This record gives sequence, C-alpha cells and structure tokens, in this order.
Amino acid sequence: MSLLSVDDLVVEHRSPGRPAVRAVAGASLTVSAGEVVGLVGESGCGKSTLARAVCGLNPVTAGSITFDGQPVTPLGLRRRRLTGIQMVFQDPYASLNPRRLVGDQVADGLRTARDTVTSPADLLERVGLPREFAGRHPHEFSGGQRQRIAIARALAARPRLLIGDEPISALDASAQSQVARLMRDLAVDAGAGLLFISHDLSVVRLIADRIAVMYLGRIVEVGDTAEVWADPRHPYTKALLRAIPKPDGMGVLPAELPGDVPDPVNPPQGCRFHPRCPHVMDVCRGKEPDFGPVACWLHEPR
Amino acid sequence: MTLEISGLKVSIGGKEILRGVDLGLAAGRVHGLAGESGSGKTMTGLAVLGLLPHGARASGTVRLGERDLLALPAKELNRVRGGEVAMVFQDPATSLHPMLTIGRQLTEHMRHHLRLGRTEAKERAVELLGKVRIPGPAQAYGRFPHQFSGGMRQRIAIAIALACSPKVLIADEPTTALDVTVQAGVLRLLRGLCDELGLAVLLVTHDLGVMSAVADEVSVMKDGLVVESGPRGRVLREPAHAYTRSLLGSLPGAGTAEPGGPGDPGGPGAGPAPEGER
Repeated sequence: MSLLSVDDLVVEHRSPGRPAVRAVAGASLTVSAGEVVGLVGESGCGKSTLARAVCGLNPVTAGSITFDGQPVTPLGLRRRRLTGIQMVFQDPYASLNPRRLVGDQVADGLRTARDTVTSPADLLERVGLPREFAGRHPHEFSGGQRQRIAIARALAARPRLLIGDEPISALDASAQSQVARLMRDLAVDAGAGLLFISHDLSVVRLIADRIAVMYLGRIVEVGDTAEVWADPRHPYTKALLRAIPKPDGMGVLPAELPGDVPDPVNPPQGCRFHPRCPHVMDVCRGKEPDFGPVACWLHEPR
Repeated sequence: MTLEISGLKVSIGGKEILRGVDLGLAAGRVHGLAGESGSGKTMTGLAVLGLLPHGARASGTVRLGERDLLALPAKELNRVRGGEVAMVFQDPATSLHPMLTIGRQLTEHMRHHLRLGRTEAKERAVELLGKVRIPGPAQAYGRFPHQFSGGMRQRIAIAIALACSPKVLIADEPTTALDVTVQAGVLRLLRGLCDELGLAVLLVTHDLGVMSAVADEVSVMKDGLVVESGPRGRVLREPAHAYTRSLLGSLPGAGTAEPGGPGDPGGPGAGPAPEGER
C-alpha cells in the first residue's frame, strides 16, 4: 500500500477569455513511505502543478489523489486536518516571512503537529544550523541557510510526505547537492516519503530511489534511478540525459533536442513527443500510448 | 590577446571584491571563469564594461588593443560598449525590454554605433536572427519578447550582442536560467559563433559541465583572486589547486559512471561536436 497515489490526474488552469490549459493531462504516480521519488522534466511540463495539486493548492479537474487511503481535499480557509503532507517551495527568499523570527516560523510547524516537547532550536540543529539562529530574521541568512530553515519548518509538522518543488534551483551550485542530500536524509530518517521535483537530473540522480520523467503533462517513464540512468528507454529520457554536459574536460558539446516544448493549450495529436522524436512511427502520430512504465510505442507491453 | 585584464582590483565601500585579477582573452577562444557565487566572477565581467555598481572603485588595467578601458572617459567607453565589447546576461526575461519589439532592440545600437540606415539595419537584424536560428526571422523581427520561449529569448539576446560585430563577448551565466535541453542548443550556438566569427568569449558560469563543454581555457576564482588558470583538459582533469579539486568533488555523481551510456553524441542535424583537445 503506497503512501501517496496519484491516479490519472488531470489539472486544468482556467482563465477568462482564454482556452483552458491542461497542465497535467492524465498522470499517475505513487510514493511509498520512506521512498524518494524524483520528478523531472523541462520547464512548463506540469511538474509544479502536479506537486501543488498533491498538496491541495490546485483544484483537480479529473482523476484522484489519495494520501494514506484518504482523498486529498482542496486547501481552503477552514482548518486542515490533513497535515501529513508538507511542502518546501522553490524560492526561500519568498517562502519565509521576512518580519518574523526564524524560530517562530519553525514553531508554527510544531504547533501544527501539536508537539510541545521539541523546540525550534532542535529542528535547526537537525538541518545543520546553530541553535541560536532561532532568534534571527530571514534576511540574515544566505539562500542555502534559508532553504534549510524552510526544510526545518516543513519537518516540524512531522509530515509523512514531504514535497520539494524545485527546492534547490534557487541555490548556488555549491549548496545544491548538500541541501538535496539533507532533504533525503531527513525524510528517510523520519520514515516519510519524499517527492522531489527538479529539472536538474544530476541532483535527482544523487538522491532519488525512483525517477519519474514528465513531458507535457504526462509521465513518460518511471523506473529505478540506476536503471533509468544506465538504460533510459523513452526517447525523451534519452535526449534529456544526453543534454547534460559532463565536467570531464573533454570539450564535448552536449547533444541538442530539436524543437521546443509544444503549447499545452494545443498538444500534438497522438504521442505528445512525436514532433521531436527521432524514432517517430505512423502509430505515434495517430494514437497516444497510455501504458507504463514507459509510455512509448517502441516499448509496448505485450 | 584581444582583451587583457591585469591586476584588476575592485572595492565597494572599503571592501575588496576583486584582489588583483589577471585574465587574457584571445580571438576565437572561449575563456571560462568558474567559482562559487560571491567569488567575483560577475564583477570581473562588469568591470570590463564599466558597469560596476555605484560607489565601486576599480584599479588595474583592462587592455583592449591600445586602450585601457578603465581609464577611458565615459563618452569613449560608450563607443566600446555594445560596439567592440558586448555582453549577454543571465536572465533573458529581464535583459530584454518587454515593451519594445525584438527588431527595435536589435537595430537601435546598430544605427547608433554603425550609423546604419533603417532598411540596412533591418536587413542585418533579420540576417542575425537567422544566424542564431530563430525560425521565421522576418516575422520574428516585429514580435515582442513575451512571444518567445526562454531559449529563444536568450538566442535573441545573443543576436543583439553580436549586432555590431564585437571583438569580445562577455557571457554572464548565459544558460543558468535555461533547461538542459535548451542549454545544449545555446552552448552549441555560442561555440559555433566563436569559431565562425573569431570572437573572444569570456564565459562566466558556475557549472563545470558547461565549462567543460565549451571553454578552451578555464580560470577558477575564489574570494576575488584567480587561483588556477590553464587549458580546459588540464584544469578539469588534473586540477593543481585544492579549491578546484573541491569544486569538482562537490559535483553530484563525481567519480561515478558516466550518464547517458554509449549513445550517439551528435544526433541528426546537430552541429559539429568537437572531440578532445582543441
């Protein structure tokens, strides 16, 4: 029984006078307790929308999200009972309140979990910051430190599922892998699941047990990290991995994936990747492959 | 050397940001400048063009041909900026003017620096858009930045920088805001333009993978000083300085199996993939 299961989820963004944008178009995903799932894809493919829907921040158009056997309800003005899901946002400069002490903000999380024993300083210690930082304001910290504070705040609520929505992309290269590792260690130690969203495959590879690759609102490939990395099967995953430049000093330019991500208002007929796919066949243009773990006609299950 | 920076020191409010930087850029070569944020990479790029923030004091020399850019009066520096030395910034969403068409932004400095007429400037602009591989350059000329994707915008920013045939291009984290797939295209473009037009490029980036892909020489900065400098292959494979080693060691997946597997690195329609030492 998985902790979180997203089943055929559809999320549409509607704005007056414009056609509805189907940001997530039938995505299915599961996260088990103590498991780290990395969700990767180009910008605009719907990964953040998926994460926000899981948190109840975006209304669901169709499909279902269940957390621990209970459906996830939209986040509204009423007090929420479902505090088992906590999120760490992309930009720690915007997600912390600049006018409140760091300790008070972490204490909000503790209050959510009705935890009267732990002090905010304990949590700061767990994310690798000195205890006395609780009495400071967010502007006194660097990006990496702020993101650690945001993680401490999320952990304070004792989540069983932690979601990181591009939690490292606003940080320096030197802080990125540290913060990513910290999130993994803390989540796994607490026995919580972690859904880690990033467009940086090299970091996801470092921390995730499983990788889900998303393209234009659909998950095109899911698999164990090592397997996907060593033997990517979907042409899109192959292209993504090939585009990463290697710091080997050889001067090899990364391979380019021709074309741009199509407009999600008007996705291509058939397989969504077919206009950019090097192995496109007739069946790809007409019919969308709706099976897993590799949604590609080349890997049709028999 | 097309551009030679020697003993460049910059201080802001009594605090020394750069403490004597020496760099040389040669025509047709990409010089990579690596280091973590706060090490002074960006400041070095800005100092060359006299774009330092208010209250900053710069000393040392930045030689472009016979002239010292740091000692030039503002009026003459204006002739160099955008003309002989051009710059590409990190975020194309903020470096392009949202309310002017691409064409207007591409021709403005050409008309000023090269004294071109309206039609000549337009012809050249369309040609440049084609060169940076914008589909339908003639139609793109009249569009606004918001009508393009991030990768396209960065290509346009590069086209703007190249408009007056500069000798030196300073690219400050040109691909950091882009996805890996888009980054690959922009890097290929930069490398191709450098080889084709004989540009001297200063590529400021924190991504050693990017550095390895396009740079010929690599310099590593720490706390306002260049700690290591040399050919790409040597610096990235046999780093002499402990700091370079620690930078390489902090990369995710350092020292483990190569990603991607044995795939064809070029692929159909891809540009030339330079192999090995250049």
